[in-house]
Amino acid sequence: MEASLTSYLALGAFLFCIGLYGALTKKNAVIVLLCIELMLNAANINLVAFNKFSVSVTQDLTGQIFSLFNIAIAAAEAAVAVAILIALYRARATSNMYEINELKD
Amino acid sequence: MESMFTPYAWLIPILPLLAFVVLLVLGKTNKTFGISFSIAAIFASFVLSLLIFWERLADNASNYVWDGWNWLEIGSFQISLGFEINNLNAMMLVIVTVVSLLVHIYSVGYMHDDERKTTFFSYIALFTFSMLGLVIAENIVQLFIFWELVGVCSFLLVGFWYFKPEAKAAAKKAFIVTRVGDLGFFIAILLLFTYLPEPSLSFTYISQVFTTDLVNQIPDHIQFWIALLIFVGAIGKSGQFPLHTWLPDAMEGPTPISALIHAATMVAAGVYLVARTYDVFLAAPGALEAVAIIGAFTAIFAAIIGVTQNDIKRVLAYSTVSQLGYMMMALGFGTKLALAAAMFHLLTHAFFKALLFLGAGSVIHSLHEQDIQKMGGAGRYMKVTTITFAIGALALSGIFPLSGFWSKDAILVEALHYQVIFFLVGSLAALFTAFYMTRLFCLVFLGEHKGKHKPHESPISMTLPLVVLAVLAVVAGFVYTPFIPWLATWLTGEEVGDHLSWTVIFVSSGAALAGIILGWLFYGKKAISADKVAASIPWLYKLSFNKFYIDELYQVAVVKPLKVVSYLLDRFDEYVVDGAVRLTAGATVWLGGVASRLQNGQIQLYVLVTIFGFIIFVLALIGRRFW
Repeated sequence: MEASLTSYLALGAFLFCIGLYGALTKKNAVIVLLCIELMLNAANINLVAFNKFSVSVTQDLTGQIFSLFNIAIAAAEAAVAVAILIALYRARATSNMYEINELKD
Repeated sequence: MESMFTPYAWLIPILPLLAFVVLLVLGKTNKTFGISFSIAAIFASFVLSLLIFWERLADNASNYVWDGWNWLEIGSFQISLGFEINNLNAMMLVIVTVVSLLVHIYSVGYMHDDERKTTFFSYIALFTFSMLGLVIAENIVQLFIFWELVGVCSFLLVGFWYFKPEAKAAAKKAFIVTRVGDLGFFIAILLLFTYLPEPSLSFTYISQVFTTDLVNQIPDHIQFWIALLIFVGAIGKSGQFPLHTWLPDAMEGPTPISALIHAATMVAAGVYLVARTYDVFLAAPGALEAVAIIGAFTAIFAAIIGVTQNDIKRVLAYSTVSQLGYMMMALGFGTKLALAAAMFHLLTHAFFKALLFLGAGSVIHSLHEQDIQKMGGAGRYMKVTTITFAIGALALSGIFPLSGFWSKDAILVEALHYQVIFFLVGSLAALFTAFYMTRLFCLVFLGEHKGKHKPHESPISMTLPLVVLAVLAVVAGFVYTPFIPWLATWLTGEEVGDHLSWTVIFVSSGAALAGIILGWLFYGKKAISADKVAASIPWLYKLSFNKFYIDELYQVAVVKPLKVVSYLLDRFDEYVVDGAVRLTAGATVWLGGVASRLQNGQIQLYVLVTIFGFIIFVLALIGRRFW
């Protein structure tokens, strides 16, 4: 069976949904972070797939470059997020998402 | 003659007002000064009133009107504040200031030990101001303002001892019952406002309209209603049947107040109002007849009640109601002479009734007792009070040649000229009056002393006003006798024909003497047992003793239904109105609770909500395509 755009997009959506579900439900902040990465990568798959199956005449690499940017940003974001998590853990001695509700007040 | 003092008549009410303000500001810190100041102020008013009165004695003194102060402008309609001096209110000024002055002096002694005596003095100063303002008011709206002020003062003074529940209740009753009458008066003013051809409510103009052809522009039935509703106001203020019930209860106030307000001045305001707007009444014969009938009925009705009352002040209060009925009856006859007779009776009544009340106050002051059944023998200990009280009682009974004789005579002559029935009713009332005054005098001053501690004569500040009033009660009658009808000529501006009627003189003197002799036989000599007579006609005695159950009637007919209605309205308010309010509040709180549950600080929930929002947004966008 030949690979089609739809199957790539389905894979992206599947990954995105898993990431979203994890980000919304998981108790552990690290896992939430991982799930966010999953969602970002689902987007990357879409970008690359669109580029690959593009009907455009000039076969440029816009999608792939976008993905690269995304990966770089994700890395930076992960660094910042992990730093925040560590700071939070030091201050509150927890990584439980349910206990982090300072925004309420 | 140039009028020198009349333009300054506005000072007469202003001075007591000034005294009121001074007492209000300084009264607490400097009691003696405050009280002296208010007496000085009222004395100055009195002197000025006398001077103005003296000026009015000149022949053809024209009425003085000043209305330079535009108070309200409604379109083309103007209400000004000002004053008017004519013969009628010049006389009223003298009556009010003289009684008020004497009551002020008397109160120095009577209220000597009272904590709040400066408050008391400030109230009577305010009252004097209101009454004088009422008397010289230039238009009917101004009169109404002062009319209400007088009512307020009455409320304050009746409830002066507000810690007594009866006084509190009496004050409320006085205010509410007179309010019923005031409403009628107010409607009358509105009718005048609507129907008078020109936009003015001054007395001059009203009288001009009702005495000329202009009156034909007002429909007949409206003329009738205007007069009748003005009279309704007078009924309330002057304690006429059926709104008389507040007046006897008002005796809960300090006695000088009973003398000032509930005998001499305020209750006379109703009579004065009718006299002031007499031209309106003359244009409406039906209303005049109502005035005469209600007056006559009140005169006899209150006199019958007075016979059986046991509270010294209540007897006098019913006597006041009865005498006011006399004046109203005379006003109802609808002649200028009857008007003069009524005002004459107002004058003499003011003196002897104030005297009687102040005398009663002197007795109460020394005995600390108001029930006449428990009194007796006060005459031996209180010479001045006894003699002056006797003069007052004789004057009220109408014994020759005291003032009450002449004024009652003047009214009865008019009654005889009008309709014989009124003459008979008046004579019968005179008999009852003489009877209950004798009863009162015998029980209080004669016989054996029953109390524990010895009575003593009151201080000079209290006996002096008594003596002055006694002199006035003797001589005031000579201004209008059948032989020299000076007052009538002066008041009405018309020559008075021969009004001497020996029939009237004999009948009224006979009635008075019969009353006194009967009273003496009952209570002085005890030849006839009052209890036995009462037992032989128990229904009549009970009716009279219970004041014909008028209060009870009101209780059942007005108060109870009102209470039921207010109870229902209260429930309605509590469950329907408050319920709606509580429902709104509850719903808001509940909604707020729901909304605040969303804001729990859980970022994951926020994100979830955001995503749901986004999904809805996307669905809406897609859905629009297929719409």
